Amino acid sequence: MPRAGRIREKLRWSNLYTFSCLRPNVLEDGPHSLQGPGFSRIVYCNQPRVHQKKPLNYPSNYISTTKYNIITFLPKAIFEQFRRVANMYFLMAAILSLTPVAPFSAVSMIAPLAFVVGLSMAKEALEDWRRFMQDMKVNSRKVSIHKGDGIFGYKPWQKIRVGDVVRVEKDQFFTADLLLLSSSYDDGICYVETMNLDGETNLKIKRSLEVTLPLVDDLAFKNFTAKIRCEDPNPNLYTFVGNLEYDHQVYAIDPSQILLRDSKLRNTSYVYGVVIFTGPDSKVMQNSTKSPSKRSTIERKMDYIIYFLFTLLVLISLISSIGFAVKTKFEMPDWWYLQPQNTTNLYDPTKPALSGIFHLVTALILYGYLIPISLYVSIEVVKVLQATFINQDLHMYDEETGNPAQARTSNLNEELGQVDTILSDKTGTLTCNQMDFFKCSIAGVSYGMGSSEVEIAAAKKMAFDISEHNSEMSSVPMHNIKARGLMENSRSNFGVSEIELETVITSKDEKDQKPMIKGFSFEDSRLMGGNWSKEPNADAILLFFRILALCHTAIPEPNEETGSFNYEAESPDEGAFLVAAREFGFEFYRRTQTSVFIRERYSSSGHPIEREFKVLNLLDFSSKRKRMSVIVQDEDGQILLLCKGADSIIFDRLSKDGRIYEESTSRHLNEYGETGLRTLALAYRKLKESEYSVWNSEFIKAKTTIGADRDAMLEQVSDMMEKDLILVGATAVEDKLQKGVPQCIDKLAQAGLKIWVLTGDKMETAINIGFACSLLRQCMKQICITTMNTDLLAQDAKKALLVFLITDQAVKENILMQLINGLQMIKLEKDPHAAFALVIDGKTLSYALEEDLKHQFLSLAVNCASVICCRVSPKQKALVTRLVKEGTGKTTLAIGDGANDVGMIQEADIGIGISGVEGMQAVMASDFSIAQFRFLERLLVVHGHWCYKRIAQMICYFFYKNIAFGLTLFYFEAYTGFSGQSVYDDWYMLLFNVILTSLPVISLGVFEQDVSSEVCLQFPALYQQGPRNVFFDWYRIFGWMANGLYSSLIVFFLNLNIFYDQAFRAGGQTADMAAVGATMFTCIIWAVNCQIALTMSHFTWIQHLFVWGSICTWYLFLLLYGLSSPIISGNSFQILVEALAPAPIYWSVTLLVAVACNLPYLAHLSFQRSFNPMDHHVIQEIKYYKKDTEDQHMWTRERSKARQKTKIGFTARVDAKIRQLKGKLQKKYSSLSVQTIIPPS
Amino acid sequence: MNSNVASSSGGGGVDGSSPPRRNSKRPKYSRFTQQELPACKPILTPKWVISAFMLVSFVFIPIGVASLLASRDVVEIVDRYETVCIPEDKRADKLNYIQSTENKTCSRTLIVPKRMKQPIYVYYQLDNFYQNHRRYVKSRSDEQLRDSKNENDTSACDPEDDSNGLPVVPCGLIAWSLFNDTYSFSRNNQNLTVNKKGISWKSDREHKFGNDVYPKNFQNGTLRGGALLNTTQPLSEQEDLIVWMRTAALPTFRKLYGKIEVDLEANETIQVTLQNNYNTYSFDGKKKLVLSTTSWLGGKNDFLGIAYLTIGGLCFFLSMAFTVVYLVKPRRLGDPSYLSWNINPAGH
Repeated sequence: MPRAGRIREKLRWSNLYTFSCLRPNVLEDGPHSLQGPGFSRIVYCNQPRVHQKKPLNYPSNYISTTKYNIITFLPKAIFEQFRRVANMYFLMAAILSLTPVAPFSAVSMIAPLAFVVGLSMAKEALEDWRRFMQDMKVNSRKVSIHKGDGIFGYKPWQKIRVGDVVRVEKDQFFTADLLLLSSSYDDGICYVETMNLDGETNLKIKRSLEVTLPLVDDLAFKNFTAKIRCEDPNPNLYTFVGNLEYDHQVYAIDPSQILLRDSKLRNTSYVYGVVIFTGPDSKVMQNSTKSPSKRSTIERKMDYIIYFLFTLLVLISLISSIGFAVKTKFEMPDWWYLQPQNTTNLYDPTKPALSGIFHLVTALILYGYLIPISLYVSIEVVKVLQATFINQDLHMYDEETGNPAQARTSNLNEELGQVDTILSDKTGTLTCNQMDFFKCSIAGVSYGMGSSEVEIAAAKKMAFDISEHNSEMSSVPMHNIKARGLMENSRSNFGVSEIELETVITSKDEKDQKPMIKGFSFEDSRLMGGNWSKEPNADAILLFFRILALCHTAIPEPNEETGSFNYEAESPDEGAFLVAAREFGFEFYRRTQTSVFIRERYSSSGHPIEREFKVLNLLDFSSKRKRMSVIVQDEDGQILLLCKGADSIIFDRLSKDGRIYEESTSRHLNEYGETGLRTLALAYRKLKESEYSVWNSEFIKAKTTIGADRDAMLEQVSDMMEKDLILVGATAVEDKLQKGVPQCIDKLAQAGLKIWVLTGDKMETAINIGFACSLLRQCMKQICITTMNTDLLAQDAKKALLVFLITDQAVKENILMQLINGLQMIKLEKDPHAAFALVIDGKTLSYALEEDLKHQFLSLAVNCASVICCRVSPKQKALVTRLVKEGTGKTTLAIGDGANDVGMIQEADIGIGISGVEGMQAVMASDFSIAQFRFLERLLVVHGHWCYKRIAQMICYFFYKNIAFGLTLFYFEAYTGFSGQSVYDDWYMLLFNVILTSLPVISLGVFEQDVSSEVCLQFPALYQQGPRNVFFDWYRIFGWMANGLYSSLIVFFLNLNIFYDQAFRAGGQTADMAAVGATMFTCIIWAVNCQIALTMSHFTWIQHLFVWGSICTWYLFLLLYGLSSPIISGNSFQILVEALAPAPIYWSVTLLVAVACNLPYLAHLSFQRSFNPMDHHVIQEIKYYKKDTEDQHMWTRERSKARQKTKIGFTARVDAKIRQLKGKLQKKYSSLSVQTIIPPS
Repeated sequence: MNSNVASSSGGGGVDGSSPPRRNSKRPKYSRFTQQELPACKPILTPKWVISAFMLVSFVFIPIGVASLLASRDVVEIVDRYETVCIPEDKRADKLNYIQSTENKTCSRTLIVPKRMKQPIYVYYQLDNFYQNHRRYVKSRSDEQLRDSKNENDTSACDPEDDSNGLPVVPCGLIAWSLFNDTYSFSRNNQNLTVNKKGISWKSDREHKFGNDVYPKNFQNGTLRGGALLNTTQPLSEQEDLIVWMRTAALPTFRKLYGKIEVDLEANETIQVTLQNNYNTYSFDGKKKLVLSTTSWLGGKNDFLGIAYLTIGGLCFFLSMAFTVVYLVKPRRLGDPSYLSWNINPAGH
């Protein structure tokens, strides 16, 4: 039954909390007046049946993200298909092909179109099916629901209706938007994790209305009825207006009673709630915008090429129709064999203009071959296959969560190879939101042995550099190196290669992956196992541990397996502290309404002692206060104020004699901060009984005040207490980065990518993470843009709105000044190694993103090596993304894991969702999902690079082959009096795009690899070919088009002259149109397939099969076509067997033309490779001659050189450190040499 | 974080059910899906390039020479007659002459320049005649030509589909405009037989033109086109028609008229008696009579040989050029100093 299993002290948190549980003043303004439009919703609680009828029949909780359903699929998908200009064109052509205007038979127009459109639609259907399955997974999750008579049972989510009473258990997601009725706590409080909605990691407190508190068990709902009137569904997450009518009374409901769908119940064993908004009405769904359809840069550019070709098409059609009109008017009357006097409008010499217009249509259809009909569908097929490769890549499969990478939309694959800026979320993306107690500083002594990765790596790299140096100049005084010990160590287990440094670190990372205790990775025997009592300042240490164990709002929970306790804390930091305290021997094991109980393992008596501390007051944490305190009374009656908070806040509040350790502690804090640890300072204050009671009475007075001043008063009173503190020490908690994040960032930076961090978290945390990820380092110049204290200004200007506007202006000017100063600073900087970092907070950002400031902001930001935006709202994330996207015109990639990242993910050119976490919003909105941040490297550097090159080459080739083919039609038409006759059989043309040339180009698009994946990873510089768009610039595109033009000329005119008028066989027969057409077509097939073979650099059996298979297919087709009935094949009947194959000229023309067509490209390629090779050419050669294994030194040297000059990332940081150490070394060396010189004299 | 510990140990539900799902989500390893298929990665080294160009030139130049020689072996006599076969007084209005009913016999004398070995092919060549015009090309009915049952299948033959309500066989403009000049040859007053059998494709005779299809209503209409057909012969035996129905690709074309199956010696004179019936005058078309032998490559055309020699020569030149440039400025293959970061260290 519902409450079994968990025996828990009943707690009334509201008595303890000072700030966050402020009871709303219900009495003050009474229920909301809900009049007017927008407040029409009525919910009859616990009477879902009422909601099955109109007008209260609200949508069910079924959510659907699919684009189509069975009925709408056909019309909608067809509509989608024909929205593409090219497809529309082909549709028109197909319709017109049913009329006599058409130069071809109808089937040869309709068949390819049907094929192409059908394939695209099949792909759409498949993708929609996948979305449907994902929806089904969410919809069929189970939740406990009141089925009547006080009995609860499980039902799938989609069956939930408005008015249902549901029971949500701990760590479950809320099914829909609920009104909280009661919780497992006495005062109806529950904790909610809203990470999926806003990305904030600390838990939010929600509390139910007083009146519904008695509804604490299942049976209480037997006869429960109530009526809710509230606002209509809207996307506003932070507001809610509504009234609850219960027991003939009306109560106002506000947002703190609303539990939103997709947030999660934490630290509370269960809650009861009434469903208010279901499915599409819920706030989170209202917030979700239709994901915009994105197109890659290449595709957008491709459109221009298509427009260009359309222009060309119209142009030559015009030429041809004018030619036709002229011929028809002036010459056709003489062509008696056409019976010009007997014609239709199509060929009427008396109406040349009309005939010309008809011919224009004919020509537009005829030259449609310039525009590759199969281009879109081939690209789609290729992209789907590429996406499959991404999905199937084992290197991007996360063993822990069991998630492979997933390309959710396949049309952005190549965009992955062109990314310039990465905008990353922090929590859940870079970090795993797990805190480990790592170091501490107590009474001015730093404890904790773990050394940061950077220190180790720098020492190792130094060792390498010096040993290399050593071999050249042997007399470097090794013993002077500060990092000698480390270096020796590293030398023994560490080869010569500096690159291996990374692997060493990675392996270390893996080793650390499973710490003994979650939340605790502290190593120092001085404090462990009770040894702390032997330390000189044991008193301070004792106090330190007590603060850790007492100053929190967590609840212990016995863990049956280990016998110890787990803690349910508001923030992960707090949890880490409690675990640390437990490990140090101060186990917090019980909390009651008034007391906290601690078991001290290492007491002087040797036996564990259980102590009770009375909690007198709790001044809880808020982001404004940046500190929390408890006032406790120990068993001896001593009253203590224990306080933890941000160092700057605490240091301000120290008493004169509490500053003994300030200097050393702040030094330690700096050290910790540099290595990316989150720090808090701990302090205490002893209170006298009298002092406390005076304060407490004031505090109670403040607490019971009703009115607007209450908050301010409370804060003021708390302030009075939290002063004259005595500093004890500081903690350093490691915000656990996800596996491989620093390495990945380093690699991405080396590939020339810029990384911005956008986080909803506080500035301090963001900066810490910046350090931990090496986005920031010590000698980097941080430019912090903040608003000046607007509160102060606003207070002065409270009275008049006008003045407020002025201050707004002033703030803006101030920010502008800061921006300009920053830019100035960067401009004046001379040191090439200097790097700048921009840190900006959300409030400032809201000004900086305004129209008049954003360009300054952007130009400053792009000049900085790293940019960190903190406290940004989801909307600002999207705005920043848009600013970068539109301001720089470069490709942006946004990566995030929560619903707060959705805006950014949708706005960016590529959105990537982290699929490890349970919430799906980010993943649903994303274009690609990966399980871990570190997979981004492979996704971009390997798959992105490949896909970019493949698609670029493929499109170029497509245009080449269609120009080569399409123009021959034009030339020939000029020889037929512009009549629109094609030299090829309809079937040849039908097959050209659909079968004969499509498979090779698809194999190029799917399988081509310029270099192997290892090389891609080893040479991040190769990635820059994408952002620089080396393979799809206009030079290259027009080069390919020119090649197409050349080929068409060669094919046509060589054939024309060779088959001019004489016999083409020993038997005296002359070539008719069918023979010339088939020969020309053979030449084209050979030419374009040889061309694609030349462009490929990677042949698996598949490419061989497709390329050579296509040529064979052509002959096979010609053979079979010739064998079919002459009614079908017409003049091509038995053409290969009888006419062409026995003619030597047929084969020699094929050879001649195929070679002649490919000659310029071959010469160009050879010239380029021989004298001006591109990077991948050289690497291919190195690999081909296995030079990488023969000359490993060269190989590693090149690998390290191939990195982009980067100012961020691990490597840059190591380099900076080395510069610093070398500087020191230099000094020592010179002083030493002076010393060694002096003695002999 | 502790809460997470709690959830994983206490909740269990999600984790417990996941292992089987995990396995199913794990991509299966195959060299194909991991894009690790064995592949050959040929690279264009200078050695390859030079030898490829060399190879091409070594193959192409002999082929070119052989083609040229073959073409040179062919003996061709071309006689343009459309103007000379009109009496000089009628040349002012050729059209009128050709449309009149007077006798249009014309005789020509040809001199054999070189010995011509049999078979000697007789062609007629028309110029400026758009047999490839779309209206013309489409105006035929393969169904009708093939089978007498499809006699009425004349929908494609517009405007020459029926005559007085009865279907025309063979219908369409192509058949209607059949060439009707005739040639007869004599040498030293001795007739040279022109063999008119076997001038068309065998498949055409056997499969495309039915042996039970006889001309009907042909040239019966108000407009008279070209030649008349023998109504007693099935279409499969009317080879002139079969040849004519193979429309030419270009406005200048030759069609086989017949074969002379005796050798002609050099400097022999050949008398040609021709009936100049066909109207090319309205569109200023030339008419030529061509006698030609063939080589293994067909008729006389130097172009193929020249093209082969040009491409071969070009390749030879290219290979030489590459060799020279390569000797002057060699690049060691896989030389890392050509990598962009070594050429231009600051540039990236």
